[in-house]
Amino acid sequence: MSKKYLLEIGVEELPARFIGDALNQLKESTINLLGDERIKYESIKTFSTPRRLTIIVEGLDERQEDIEETVKGPAKKIAFDEEENPTKALLGFMRGQGVDISSIYVDDHNGVDYVFARKKIAGRTIEEILSLNMPKVIKGINFPKSMKWGGKNLRFARPIRWIVSLLEDKVLPFDLEGIQVSNISKGHRFLGSSEIIIEKVDDYANLLRENFVIVDQEERKEIIKYGSERLAKERGGNIQKDEKLLDEVTNIVEYPTPIIGRIKDEYLSLPPDVVITPMKEHLRFFPVLDDKNRLLPYFITVRNGNKDFIETVIKGNEKVLGARLEDAKFFYMEDIQKPLESYVEDLQKITFQEKLGTLYDKTKRVQKLAEKIGEYLEVGEETEKNIERAGYLCKADLTTKMVTEFTELQGKMGMEYARNSGENEIVSLAIFEQYLPRFSGDDLPTTTAGSVLSIADKMDSIAGLFAIGIHPTGSQDPFGLRRQALGVINIIIDKQLNLSIKELIETALYIYVEVNGLAFDYDKVKGEIEEFFKGRIRNMFIDTGIRYDIVDAVLAADIDDIYDMKIRANKLNEWLRKEGLAEILTAFNRVANLAEKAESDEVQRDLLNEDELELYESFYSIEEKVENFISKKEYDKALDNLVTLKDPIDNFFDKVMVMVEDEVIRNNRLGLLRKIYNMMIKICDLSKIVNK
Amino acid sequence: MYFQDLMLKLLEYWGNKGCIILEPYDTEKGAGTMSPYTFLKALGPEPWKVVYVEPSRRPADARYGENPHRVYQHHQLQVILKPSPDDIQDLYLDSLKAIGIDPLKHDIRFVEDNWEAPTLGAWGLGWEVWLDGMEITQFTYFQQVGSINCEIESAELTYGLERIAMYLQDVDNIFDIKWNKDFTYGDIFKKAEYEHSVYSFEKADIDTLKGLFNTYEEEVKKILDDGLVLPSYDYVLKCSHTFNILDARGAVSVSERTNYIGRVRNLARLVAAKYLEQRKEMDYPLLKREGQ
Repeated sequence: MSKKYLLEIGVEELPARFIGDALNQLKESTINLLGDERIKYESIKTFSTPRRLTIIVEGLDERQEDIEETVKGPAKKIAFDEEENPTKALLGFMRGQGVDISSIYVDDHNGVDYVFARKKIAGRTIEEILSLNMPKVIKGINFPKSMKWGGKNLRFARPIRWIVSLLEDKVLPFDLEGIQVSNISKGHRFLGSSEIIIEKVDDYANLLRENFVIVDQEERKEIIKYGSERLAKERGGNIQKDEKLLDEVTNIVEYPTPIIGRIKDEYLSLPPDVVITPMKEHLRFFPVLDDKNRLLPYFITVRNGNKDFIETVIKGNEKVLGARLEDAKFFYMEDIQKPLESYVEDLQKITFQEKLGTLYDKTKRVQKLAEKIGEYLEVGEETEKNIERAGYLCKADLTTKMVTEFTELQGKMGMEYARNSGENEIVSLAIFEQYLPRFSGDDLPTTTAGSVLSIADKMDSIAGLFAIGIHPTGSQDPFGLRRQALGVINIIIDKQLNLSIKELIETALYIYVEVNGLAFDYDKVKGEIEEFFKGRIRNMFIDTGIRYDIVDAVLAADIDDIYDMKIRANKLNEWLRKEGLAEILTAFNRVANLAEKAESDEVQRDLLNEDELELYESFYSIEEKVENFISKKEYDKALDNLVTLKDPIDNFFDKVMVMVEDEVIRNNRLGLLRKIYNMMIKICDLSKIVNK
Repeated sequence: MYFQDLMLKLLEYWGNKGCIILEPYDTEKGAGTMSPYTFLKALGPEPWKVVYVEPSRRPADARYGENPHRVYQHHQLQVILKPSPDDIQDLYLDSLKAIGIDPLKHDIRFVEDNWEAPTLGAWGLGWEVWLDGMEITQFTYFQQVGSINCEIESAELTYGLERIAMYLQDVDNIFDIKWNKDFTYGDIFKKAEYEHSVYSFEKADIDTLKGLFNTYEEEVKKILDDGLVLPSYDYVLKCSHTFNILDARGAVSVSERTNYIGRVRNLARLVAAKYLEQRKEMDYPLLKREGQ
């Protein structure tokens, strides 16, 4: 008969952001445990509230299947005496294995007869297995931050206070640092019983519900979502969609009751972000918007409890929000006393990074770099002016009171204050767009000035931090440099900017020398940043479905124009579906191998023999065409021409010995191969392509 | 409930739970945690239970007595329970009932908050406790103090008395809190708020204070080797407060700031280590008490 098992880890309020991952780990390790122990089951479900992590396994086998094992013993001639009776050696072996003579048989092993014991291993019961292993499963849950408590030798995100371990209607006890393991759970902190006896697994969810705990997180989420929407609709609005906030709120309540409160009208004249940010970030309130996305004078919050005394709770929340918004209003009104540009000077007081100077220094560098990028892109006078102005103002909002209090408003307040100070719309927007994209999948800048500023800001951070030896390693990337590099790459590709990454790196590094007088090993750092970008480009291209060997083939050429690399990779991806590719790749592989040995690509025609001359002439007959196609980015056509060299190359290698004694002849032959290689590498390194 | 009754009720409640009721420690400090009755006692294996009110000075929060929420000096009610009892959250919630906050009539939440005090080399995990959205208590399980891992983790409860009083008395301005029947918070502290604001932001003599910081720092180093842990710690507190005034005065640049914080943290670490050494030599006298 199959069984159900319930494990509930009762805790003090877990941080909402840890719950989802902890639940996954609990599920994974239970699945692994049952797999390792050969226990079959039908389903596993997990539930969570801030105070409990729960797993229910259904359809569990009662025990492992018995298994038979054979163990090799002594050789037959030692095991039996002349009368075929067991010797001391065999008796000892049998004793050791716990079997009698009926389990012994003789079999051949590498041409010699040995005795073997047939051993039956009785499967262990599910009770044994779970009692033995659940402490390990619980201890194995990792959190980004964990703690110790009460002198116990155990780490968890918050203290564990009780454990329910129940197989159908029977407690499966185990020891976990003396924490109570029983069939007693707790209900809602205030509304439920602090001692709920769970008679059997099937009663669990209902018993908790009676005690004001809705243990299924999805159900709580629905209640919050639809309850909030209904309240908003009654006031002619909608709640602002925010999946992250919804998940967070779901994970901080056990028994959700959405409630609606009022925002005083006087705060609605403030910029919406100034009102919404304290609501969401500090209080986890949902803003209510009308159908034109304008903020309505309401907020929705979720009480952890029922509707009793709901008026007191609403009044309290309104009061708290009032105090927060009063602060925000004060900050905003103070900030707009002065134009945005007057905040730039204060950036001298804020360190960007100890060795890289203040935010004022960063402003100067970003401005310079942005202007350079503008030049490379030939953006035109109007845009140049906007870039220069936006560059000067880009970090100014970091010294305002509002952003000091709500750092997540960086850029947004800059844009607001720029508009307020009479800056033009492009400059204002660019100040906001410098931070885009803020996360994977975020919007990219819409304006040229914003794109340029965003690239400049990110490149400046990458260059500076690499220059002082702060690189992302493994999971460590405290400055988010990987994300920033991806941002740069995404903007370049999306806006189809013909921008040399190498030049960008060089310029950014040079500006550090110019502005900060920073000393570092220029060539080494430059190389490291190039490699870093290659790594990001590689991952990104592979993510978009380009074969990894094609990505490597393209990356083997210089990383310069990323947009161009993307085109090359796509064309190559198409082109490689052609027939007869294997031979072509072999030919170019041979070229690449020897070309590495060449000292130059100089070839003296008069030194060439007939077979060499054939390749030489073929090369010159296509050189111009290939160059032409490359310049037009028609890489597939360039490749079509390049591969016409296949036969002459094969012929060359059949007839000509390259590595001859005579140095002049040898170098001349290598030079010819180098020429071909150099042309190929402008498109990609074909020798990197894996032939399938 | 009057402000003074709020203090008395909580002191009485925790006193009945076995906490020593202590007076504030008489050296300026920014938080109840900095009292030696928390900072030092949180170290080592010895048990400890204490409750006290701590007037806490934060020069940078001074507002000339004009802001309804922010002040130079506020009052924390500090509870330390070491080791942290298993039912600590229930004990805490019962303390709210003792001051007339019925959890059934409100929305009380434990919201993640990871506390850290860089100048003390101390950190812990816990929550802000919310009462209908308002933070009323900081609840922390200490993990490290004086840059030393806690052998036995303490639970620290820090009640923000003014906020609770404002809620209970339904006033919107801190200075309107009724201290008792006849006097308001403003009657007692408004002038002090003004004077300390003027001093911290305008008049504090930067050179004098920088000199004092150095002097206090030297004094710690001079006397600590003689085993004078408590006098040394007083000077660590002096350093911390002096730095806070300098910071409010705008006299500390960004890099200097990191430097000052590092210096105070270093002193705190030295004192903490010496304290532990001393308790070990004394064979942890409070441990023997435990069985009684």
